[in-house]
Amino acid sequence: MKQTTLTYKLVMAATGLFLCLFLVIHLLGNLQLLLPESEAREQFNWYSHLLSGNILIKIISYVLYLSLIGHAVYALVITRKNIKANGSKYVYDKRSQVSSWNSRNMGILGTIILIFLVIHFKDYWYVYKFGHLPLDAKGNKDLYSIVVRSFQQGWYIIIYELSFVALGFHLLHGFFSASRTLGLYHPKYAKLVRAIGWIYSLVITLGFMLIPLYIYFNLNVL
Amino acid sequence: MKLYLKVWRQEHRESKGNMVSYEVDGISEHMSFLEMLDLLNERLISKGERVIEFDHDCREGICGACGMMINGRAHGPLTGTTTCQLHMRSFKDGETVYIEPFRAAAFPVLRDLKIDRSAFDHIIQSGGYISASTGQAPESNSIPIAHEVTEAAFDAAACIGCGACVATCKNSSAALFTSAKISHLVLLPQGKLESADRVIKMVGQMDAEGFGHCSNTEACEVECPQEISVLHIGRMNYEYNKAMALRK
Repeated sequence: MKQTTLTYKLVMAATGLFLCLFLVIHLLGNLQLLLPESEAREQFNWYSHLLSGNILIKIISYVLYLSLIGHAVYALVITRKNIKANGSKYVYDKRSQVSSWNSRNMGILGTIILIFLVIHFKDYWYVYKFGHLPLDAKGNKDLYSIVVRSFQQGWYIIIYELSFVALGFHLLHGFFSASRTLGLYHPKYAKLVRAIGWIYSLVITLGFMLIPLYIYFNLNVL
Repeated sequence: MKLYLKVWRQEHRESKGNMVSYEVDGISEHMSFLEMLDLLNERLISKGERVIEFDHDCREGICGACGMMINGRAHGPLTGTTTCQLHMRSFKDGETVYIEPFRAAAFPVLRDLKIDRSAFDHIIQSGGYISASTGQAPESNSIPIAHEVTEAAFDAAACIGCGACVATCKNSSAALFTSAKISHLVLLPQGKLESADRVIKMVGQMDAEGFGHCSNTEACEVECPQEISVLHIGRMNYEYNKAMALRK
């Protein structure tokens, strides 16, 4: 007997929660960009160097890539199955009145995040790994300058901010949904996890949204 | 009052259906939605036309036979109500009302608003029972069950299997229905014994019938006439994960 409806969701929950954990680490690392300029440059470049050199981080980064790909691929498989399960469409459909917009459009939100990730990987990850970067005073690759320079452009900031809003709504449903998939059914703790999900989504979203704006209004290296 | 209806008419399972318009006047606001359809059907009979077929049985909100999409919502605009318990006072004079069958690949339309819900029966048959030998009822105090436990089990058992959860789900998932049955039995000592086997079989049957994945939009809980809690879906997931992890 082929069983997929629950097991595939388990893959979504596990990869999703790992990505949630990663976002916390990523945000904490990025907060270094808010330090005073000279300090931020050295510390951020040192931190980037530390991450790229550590074997443990390397292993975790492969788990991260796998989680990203797995999350996206399983989302596609699940969506296909759901479309098939729907059969014919309603002529007049007002079902949207009884559920939240983001819970129904995780696929669209996820696609926005995926497009953002392509841009994000291309501009920083690829450049850092395969590009030739100038070195800072300590001899570390100067990723800090690249970051600060890219956030001098208004349109680039708009792309980032919109993507973070999409991420926020995605997390808001995803975090609690994962807990249910894992089997949390106790009313007290289900409520608690929903509250934690709200706080988590808000902190992550606002935290990430703050950094490009801070750089745009406070720093100018050009 | 007078209503402009647009009703889904379909000859049989394989044929293509379409929306047909009807004007119905002389409707009393005290009529139930089904009585309003009866009124229209009586007029169709006197004109020699084929009546609009729909499922119904008890007409007091406890059997789960009736169910249709009314103005794009399962069982109509109210929450926690069956179609038979929806009254015409919930509509405005001169309103256009769209009436369609519940739609899902696992619920094929038989004719007009009538659908085949045997997929639900198959899920029950796959594990929604306890393997007790029949005979005389045992002494009721021989198995102590706490009051809260019986109440919780009964809350889950209150599901009438109408299919509104599937109809309103954007994925046509039967998670609320299946989980209510699993929760009901796992809470009670008689049902606990076979819980691992049951959850695997029932989830397997749910998948085999072609229902979709649950993405926790929670629309089902809103439309459920019995207001079955979505937390049962959490419990089903818990029971399923546990059963799969401990399976030999």
